[in-house]
Amino acid sequence: MSESESNPIREAIAEAISEHETILFMKGTPEAPACGFSARTVAILQSLQAPFAAVDILPDPRIRQELSAVSGWPTIPQLFHEGELIGGCDIVTEMYESGELADALGVEAAPVEEIEAESTLAGSNGFTSIENRLS
Amino acid sequence: MPSADEIKQRIEAAIPGAMAEVEDYTGGGDHFRATVVAAAFAGRSRIEQHKLVYDVFGSEIGGPIHALSLKTEAAQAQADATSGAINV
Repeated sequence: MSESESNPIREAIAEAISEHETILFMKGTPEAPACGFSARTVAILQSLQAPFAAVDILPDPRIRQELSAVSGWPTIPQLFHEGELIGGCDIVTEMYESGELADALGVEAAPVEEIEAESTLAGSNGFTSIENRLS
Repeated sequence: MPSADEIKQRIEAAIPGAMAEVEDYTGGGDHFRATVVAAAFAGRSRIEQHKLVYDVFGSEIGGPIHALSLKTEAAQAQADATSGAINV
């Protein structure tokens, strides 16, 4: 904890969360998710046509470590809206199926479809790169 | 490497009144799916409910436990369902 005074990764994460209305921290990218849970969450956001920024946590293990310290949430993915943690894949899935997610994100509710973890949907949104800010 | 049964027992021991069903869905001892019903969840948001379960395992999540997929429910909600105010 000696780094708490100056922690550029943590600061970059906090900044990214506050700067983007909806931001997803995930393994891989929306185009190429590296984990089924991240893939499912991306597919849900895309099916709602909810605009979101995405951060790949894989390039540097410190991103995940600091993200969990900021959010108090141990797993990936993590979805934030207006600076608040909405949840990980399980909560996002549950909220999607109940229709709450569209409300929470302020988008039009779409008919619920079965989301496959393996879905690869084309098209993506703003891609945020935290690691690039650290060089 | 924890077993599904060990995960279940640890959740039930740590959260008062919790009933857990745990499945090792890859059979590899590192990817689990758990449904947890507990009175302790009443009045808490989903995020808080999931955090209570994650807290049982601390840094093991992301370590030996690669994935712990959760579904949580407040035990109280079942009693409320008969009152007419049903949230489905």
